[in-house]
Amino acid sequence: MSRLQISNGHLLDPQNNIDGAFDLFIENGHIIALGTAPEGFNADTKIDATGKIVCPGLIDLCARVRSPGADSAYALEKELRSAVAGGITRLVCPPDTMPVIDMPATALLEQDLAADVGLARIHPIGAMTRKLEGLLLTDMAMLDEAGCVGVGNALKPIADTLVLRRAMQYASTYDIKVFLTPFDPYLLGNGCMHEGALSTELGLPSIPEAAETVAVARDLALIETAGVRAHIQLLSSGRALEMIANAQSHALPVSASVAAHHLHICETDMPHFDPNYKVLPPFREATDRQALRDGIKNGVISSVCSDHQSRGRDTKLAPFSEASTGVIGLQTLLSLTLRLADEGVCSLSQAIALLTANPAREISINSGHLGIGQAADICIFDLDERWELIPESLYCRGQSSPFIGQTLKGKVSHTLIDGELVYPFS
Amino acid sequence: MNSSTAQNNIETTADGQLKHFLSTSNHSRENLTRILDLADSFINFGKREIKKVPLLRGKTVVNLFFEPSTRTRTTYEIAAKRLSADVINLKASRMSTTKSESILDTVYTLEAMHVDLFVVRDGASGTAELIARHLPDDVRVINAGDGRHAHPTQAMLDMFTIRRYKGAFENLTIAIVGDILHSRVARSQIQALRILGAKEIRVIGPKTLIPTKIECMGVIPYYDMDKGLEGVDAILMLRLQHERMEGQQIPSKQEYFYRFGLTSRRVALAASDAIVMHPGPINRGLEISSKVADGPQSVILPQVTNGIAVRMAIMSLLMGGQNTTGTVK
Repeated sequence: MSRLQISNGHLLDPQNNIDGAFDLFIENGHIIALGTAPEGFNADTKIDATGKIVCPGLIDLCARVRSPGADSAYALEKELRSAVAGGITRLVCPPDTMPVIDMPATALLEQDLAADVGLARIHPIGAMTRKLEGLLLTDMAMLDEAGCVGVGNALKPIADTLVLRRAMQYASTYDIKVFLTPFDPYLLGNGCMHEGALSTELGLPSIPEAAETVAVARDLALIETAGVRAHIQLLSSGRALEMIANAQSHALPVSASVAAHHLHICETDMPHFDPNYKVLPPFREATDRQALRDGIKNGVISSVCSDHQSRGRDTKLAPFSEASTGVIGLQTLLSLTLRLADEGVCSLSQAIALLTANPAREISINSGHLGIGQAADICIFDLDERWELIPESLYCRGQSSPFIGQTLKGKVSHTLIDGELVYPFS
Repeated sequence: MNSSTAQNNIETTADGQLKHFLSTSNHSRENLTRILDLADSFINFGKREIKKVPLLRGKTVVNLFFEPSTRTRTTYEIAAKRLSADVINLKASRMSTTKSESILDTVYTLEAMHVDLFVVRDGASGTAELIARHLPDDVRVINAGDGRHAHPTQAMLDMFTIRRYKGAFENLTIAIVGDILHSRVARSQIQALRILGAKEIRVIGPKTLIPTKIECMGVIPYYDMDKGLEGVDAILMLRLQHERMEGQQIPSKQEYFYRFGLTSRRVALAASDAIVMHPGPINRGLEISSKVADGPQSVILPQVTNGIAVRMAIMSLLMGGQNTTGTVK
């Protein structure tokens, strides 16, 4: 029997409305008490959290760790180390792995590979169509049984609207949630940045806002007729968000999330041709960034994800249009979300909810809170500690981020999974 | 919040001298004017019996063309040779796959052979700048065209031609006609004209060929060519890549010529002494009629001649020939 006490910290658990100085008592990997020690409790280990926030382990609704994939298990370990160093204990991963998560076996393999590493857990999203080709439906019910928290299209839009409709109807049959990343494939084309003044000046192939709004309009119409629970992720435009808000007000079962970087960066922040700013969907205009922040404020957006991708340095050393897409985000997710509270977009408790209770609800798991009896997945961080984001501070393989060189606020000191200390690394 | 909008300008040295020539937008009016002035001194050079000056003697210039081009490459070769440089032409091919040698690896290999100046052309926007940022401090780069982004030497030879025929930019209204969306020439022309102080810049074309928010570049879009040409002092035509566009951005060659072809009737809408320019090669009967291309207001061939003088001027300024103005007459 192992007993752990986290003492002198400030407990923050938005779901259970806990916001105050309480000790936390953990036995055999589960939370057994808050505040006062249960009778006869003698801690084997004590973590002093003086001056720190103690909150549920973070749940990242969209991160790519390329497992299964061509890389070694060591590569996966690096990504998962980066996750726990960022306070993340659960990762939801889109199905665009190699091979694609379109069969129960690959879904199980993905979870097993992560379990072998033994750091953050992985919750797969299964593919809606085989090989993500947008043609044939997958065995969704079996994917569901194999641990998938939903099905989705990853970054590959389903061009054929009839296929999308049937995929939604079929998912709805089993009450499986669909995770949609909205792009109109034709308007997306070979674009590599937002269509606006900067793409015009630089002469780069661009992605118009309509690539997102057209897709969201189509998705919403089909969600309504199929009656499927849906989550639209990686939003970039104010107009698409407005459409989702409107659908929510008509009681459509649709929620939304956004990548942390889209809440802080817009097109005009981009140094010309800098692949550290190459993301999909692209950074859009200042008004879009503001609309996304408003979406956090008014609750249309339920969660903030990292949209993490490790890209090799070499793949970023190329002309912008040919450089790889995607930036790292596991270790910056907490700081960037806390920044919203600093900037008055939301309260500290709401910021934590965006990373814990809300994403747990999106994937329908009993996690993301510190209720008695819960598995002790915990993140302890110093709200005020400043740290510089430099490549050397990253545990993952990729080092590309628009925030490289910046000083971020809020640093994780401890991460626990099932009551075991997984960060700092022993 | 990140607000690094200020670009770290690598095109000039700390004291404002030309270092690389990658765009027309990162240079002062003084430096652009200096190029035009020096080109003036080179303009009659081609008619001399001995067409060489020793300004770049002992220097190695590599024409690194990832995108095929005979015309532009030839003008650089002639310009470099007239400055007595050793010129190597490399027709490098590349594919954007990780298996092929990366652009930077190609450049590093050549740089190890002590090249002094790279003239780079590539199909992707930003390549020349990428290369310039990864070379040692004493190696220079000229952008001979990168994707849809910039073709600054073409724009400067156009500026040179305009100034020779029309004088000061302050009084001029200029129209750029055709495929603005895909044109690196148009972007560089617009930026050069703004820096040199042109009174008004218009762009003319169908909405499928005019990029979004073009007004942010300081130009006025016209979708009716007749209105757009009214009273302009210079008409800058662009080449239309019609093979790629028919049925996509333009319905047909016939309809395009009907709406946006430069005919004598349309030239007459411009100022009576307006000049007609085109970077070549021209599509007769598509963007311009033969009568106009070969007519009295056309300066298309002088543009080519001017191109050599302007490229000589840019090369010698980059290579530290700043003090040679006046010595070459």
